[in-house]
Amino acid sequence: MGNSLYDEIGGAAAVEAAVDIFYRKVLSDTAVSHFFDDVDMERQRSKQKAFLSMAFGGPNNYSGTDMRKAHAHLKEKGLATRHFNAVAGHLQGTLEELKVPSNLIDQVMAIAGSTHDDVLNI
Amino acid sequence: MPQLVYSGRTISCDKGQTVLDALLAESFVVPYSCKAGSCQTCLLKCVYGRVPEDAKAGVKDTLLKQGYFLPCLCHPTENLFLQSSTDTELFSTVTVRGKNFLSEKVCQILVESALPLYYHAGQFVNLRNSQGVVRSYSLASVPKLDKCLEFHVARYRNGSMSSWLHDSLEVGQTLDMSGPMGNCFYLPGNPSQDILLIGTGTGLAPLLGIVRDALATEHKGNLLLFHGSQEKEGLYLHKEITELARLYKNFYYYPCLSKEDASYPYKISRADDLAFTTLSDLQGWRVFLCGSPPMVNGAKRKAFLLGAGLADIYADPFEVKELRSEDRKQS
Repeated sequence: MGNSLYDEIGGAAAVEAAVDIFYRKVLSDTAVSHFFDDVDMERQRSKQKAFLSMAFGGPNNYSGTDMRKAHAHLKEKGLATRHFNAVAGHLQGTLEELKVPSNLIDQVMAIAGSTHDDVLNI
Repeated sequence: MPQLVYSGRTISCDKGQTVLDALLAESFVVPYSCKAGSCQTCLLKCVYGRVPEDAKAGVKDTLLKQGYFLPCLCHPTENLFLQSSTDTELFSTVTVRGKNFLSEKVCQILVESALPLYYHAGQFVNLRNSQGVVRSYSLASVPKLDKCLEFHVARYRNGSMSSWLHDSLEVGQTLDMSGPMGNCFYLPGNPSQDILLIGTGTGLAPLLGIVRDALATEHKGNLLLFHGSQEKEGLYLHKEITELARLYKNFYYYPCLSKEDASYPYKISRADDLAFTTLSDLQGWRVFLCGSPPMVNGAKRKAFLLGAGLADIYADPFEVKELRSEDRKQS
């Protein structure tokens, strides 16, 4: 006990294990996949790794401003709370698939949820 | 607005403009081809000022150390003092040892490098002819199997380099070469992994190199090669690859014709379509994709969705669109 969330989840190895599963779930979901049509997959993957590391309570240089900038152009494509929730659902599904204990999942989801306003530029 | 100092002049680089576009707009002569950060034809040296990290993607460490970056990806955030590439740092001389037509439209070129070249089959180099035209070509040869470096050159309509290589190049002549570059190649770790390779046109060249490299390294997993073309002519080396598939029982070859009434042994399908209907679960597979950018980009996404890890997908889109528009302007 007393370990950080990041250590308990499994650190960088957990991020690596989660990123492809998470990204695949997002791309397979037609409700949100169109937001990812024009992106460079490698670049997107490294951004998602950075995001997961942050959500897992690990090393990050997260900034709300960057998050806002990165999603600003999606506003015109209709990015809304329901899309945010769908992606959050895929994050939860990913963690469940990886058998992460539910108390840790709750903590990750709370951190991920805190990005809502930045992602939607509210 | 950041300023660029180049060749004794100072110009400004507008917001949203790349360094390459800013230089071209001011009529500077900068060799370039793909404008997408892959071919590295436009490499320039920055001698003062900080280049954003994005503009260094894929550039070799030794070149980064010397200040090289990719002007086509560079959106400067501060003033930059630029210098054109120093030839000797980038280019060496190779001698043409063989030239054979593998089909009406595809020419095999064999060259010998005076200095030993450390490369992997599937990487690419830039070739420059005496007129200063530079284009990227993938390596079909395998270092431990072949003495010469081998390229497959498709003739493009209005393609000044491909026409020159097809029509004018002679055995014994020299060419300038830089490279190797690119990370689409075989690594011997994980020898039991199954490997899927999909290529269109001369995208076959790097894939065939990778296949021969893997087989010579005694790769144990299956290797499935899907080669696609619109017409039979495009499926060059058909006999040789069929023979290779007969010799190695873990190597399978699927020649695909997308637009012709085909009969055995050809399949009527796009190469990627056939691959993804033949294999519906790619979990644990390694995937190599070479050829037209729409095919490569679509197949990359498809392979990923079918379970291949993104780190296991190696893609080499042949960016020829820019090359064509440039050549049309010149003619």
